Amino acid sequence: MLFGRVHGTAVCTMKIAGTEGLKLLVVQPVNRKLEPVGALQVAADVVQAGPGDLCVMVRSREAALAMPEIRFVPVDLALIGIVDELHVLPDGTFDLVMKKGSTSYT
Amino acid sequence: MILAKVIGTVVTTISHPHYKNRRLLVVQPLVCEGDNTDEDFIALDNTHAGIGDTVLVNREGNGARQVLKNPDACVISVIVGIIDSVHVE
Repeated sequence: MLFGRVHGTAVCTMKIAGTEGLKLLVVQPVNRKLEPVGALQVAADVVQAGPGDLCVMVRSREAALAMPEIRFVPVDLALIGIVDELHVLPDGTFDLVMKKGSTSYT
Repeated sequence: MILAKVIGTVVTTISHPHYKNRRLLVVQPLVCEGDNTDEDFIALDNTHAGIGDTVLVNREGNGARQVLKNPDACVISVIVGIIDSVHVE
């Protein structure tokens, strides 16, 4: 699951059966610092997000499961939440490198 | 499953019904020495983990659906444990 910033909408009149009525948004995947990661993608929307919104997205089969009612939908990216508040500690706060030997984390 | 560190929290008032009343946390995977530490992702909390905890994250949809006891849950990453200690040879 990843963050995405909504950049616009995509409209297509000819589409495969099962995707009728789905709202498609153009999103830019972003990381924890809200920096763009990779290229723009198209996501199906179930939370009525709009341009500029920061969202939580889900990939692969779970994106199809996020669709209302319809089950076998050819969708691989879905918006499943609109982020209101994001609190992330700055880089370097925690040591993410595993050392050899025993390490206690409590 | 992977080892990861919880580094942040996400608040979403509008979210998919499968995510209602559950917390989303930002996690970063633990890496071996010399590897890139820049990756991050969002995971659903199932263990009352908090910022700073080292956690066990299941990053596979079918496992997540079993954990959440919902065969239709649209969740991929779910935190399934809080790590006490790790021993690496």
